[in-house]
Amino acid sequence: MSAANQAATRRADTGHYDYWPYLNRPRIRWPNGARVAVWVAPNIEFYELAPPANPARAAWPHPYPAVPGYSIRDYGNRVGHMRQMDLLDKYGIRGSISLSTALCTHHPEIIAMCRERDWEFFSHGIYNTRYTYGMSEEQERGMIRESMETIARHAGRMPAGYLAPALSHSEHTLDLFAELGGLYSCDLFHDDQPTPLRVRGGQPFVSVPYSLELNDTIAYVVNKIEPRRYGQMIKDSFDRLYAEGAESGTVMCIPTHNYQVSCPHRLKAFEDALAHITGHADVWLTTGREIAEHFLARHHDEVLADIAARGTAAAAQG
Amino acid sequence: MALDATHLDYPKRRYGMDHERYEWSMLTRRPRVRWPGDKPLAVWINVSLQHFPMNPSAAVKLPGSMTMPYPDLRHFTLRDYGNRVGIYRLLRAFDASGLHPSFAVNAELALRYPTLLSTLVERGDELLGHSWSMDTPHVGGLDPVAEEALVERSLRVLREHSGQAVRGWLSPGKLQSPNTPELLKAAGIDYFCDWVNDELPYRFHTAHGDLWNLPLATEIEDRFVIMDNLHAESSWADQVIDAFELLLAEARAQGGRLLTLSLHPWVMGQPHRIMHLERVLAHIAAAEEVWQAAPGEIVRAFAAQENRP
Repeated sequence: MSAANQAATRRADTGHYDYWPYLNRPRIRWPNGARVAVWVAPNIEFYELAPPANPARAAWPHPYPAVPGYSIRDYGNRVGHMRQMDLLDKYGIRGSISLSTALCTHHPEIIAMCRERDWEFFSHGIYNTRYTYGMSEEQERGMIRESMETIARHAGRMPAGYLAPALSHSEHTLDLFAELGGLYSCDLFHDDQPTPLRVRGGQPFVSVPYSLELNDTIAYVVNKIEPRRYGQMIKDSFDRLYAEGAESGTVMCIPTHNYQVSCPHRLKAFEDALAHITGHADVWLTTGREIAEHFLARHHDEVLADIAARGTAAAAQG
Repeated sequence: MALDATHLDYPKRRYGMDHERYEWSMLTRRPRVRWPGDKPLAVWINVSLQHFPMNPSAAVKLPGSMTMPYPDLRHFTLRDYGNRVGIYRLLRAFDASGLHPSFAVNAELALRYPTLLSTLVERGDELLGHSWSMDTPHVGGLDPVAEEALVERSLRVLREHSGQAVRGWLSPGKLQSPNTPELLKAAGIDYFCDWVNDELPYRFHTAHGDLWNLPLATEIEDRFVIMDNLHAESSWADQVIDAFELLLAEARAQGGRLLTLSLHPWVMGQPHRIMHLERVLAHIAAAEEVWQAAPGEIVRAFAAQENRP
């Protein structure tokens, strides 16, 4: 297909949300008057040594066995998980796990420890080496449903959130998850507050701000940031969202990976940042689901009306 | 549009790993490890001595290999600098700190620079096999017969020229083919350092019996931090010291732990970098709760505790 033909059949925009300027928005109120809702999202993932080759994306840079890539990710489960979990315990933070759901079968010990702590489990697909690219709608629906049912079976509750495996999407990923009963998506990075998302079935569905900029893998692997600078970035981000949260509640997410943030040369910087955050009074230490449920119950309709009114006003001006 | 059904089939979804090479095991769920002298933290420092041919032919380029059109004088000589100047600067730093590294040596280097090899042999520090050169990656697709000959030739030359038994191995770039573990086991290797999935040794299965994987961390390696991540030398030193302090604290609470440090004379041997290595070595040498040891000693000390209650 030519580039022009391809562009003609592809969307120029996700279509999931309308423009909503970060200015004079209706006030978001978090429980107990908190200014900022802070959630930590450990990605607990399983990468396969020999996955089937997706036509659009290679799982590994080396031929089988891709020892460097596979082994550092396995390190996250063997070594890194306990280190991060102990740290979150120390600061009273419950993780919201972005879970490769096959891990329920491979490493049930980790699932059990997270359940004991009442951590949230949300779906991150089945394996992080199985990409959505090329799936039919029926295949993707089946994959997402299977991942949700696996969480229900092993963690005791259907998940509310979804982050597509390895951030690989189709045009219908969010629609399918909403149709299967999901409440929130972590796949969009367009805002620092929850926003209503338009899905084809019309279900109430929201984007809960996750973060690519503060994602440790993006920071360490893509942007090649020094550990202490990563810690400083988290603190600076928090300080600004805390200040702005005095006007209207903000959301701050720290997405982590046990094979990145838990390395011995990086954990201290992360701990310094957590100590900084938890040293503030007006912080809601929470989970993705709690943010989504609170927003859906208290603010969703009001925000939708505000967005619609602004759109009408803009159209009138235009 | 749809994917083949194999993409939605999960034949290895089962308890433990999705392969047969080793058992699934979380570090903190194992019996406490005790190092000699009841030191909480073992420290292993490895220096890789490498030869990068100016006419590489392997399909997979290893980190540090030539990047410019032939003849790449700049990278050939920058790497060679490590073997002429950098390594001697490193050795002085080790001697000043009283710390003893091991050396993973490309066998071709033993032939090219016998003076360098004899310097290492006289020190008595442990040598590890490191294949033939930085143009011989052990990577999937390598002909098994050719790889067997590569392993045999590399170990024979290093053993003959050093007089050491050479029971440890570090694959260039930490790459392996599907056959590397079997070939190394058959060639008399007791442990390799290629899989970075742990912070202590563990048993690795081959068709010829088990050997040990002693992980050599990549994430705080000098080359990775300075040449790939482009962090400042001083930041690298901070990172190593932060890792040291964290592992030491964990070891006091949880039982023996291990800090591994991978160095390259063509990286840290530069005059503007050596002071940062010296700061790291001084920090380690000043700590009393450290057992600084050769990798073979660490594997043996660990193996001796394997079946304790």
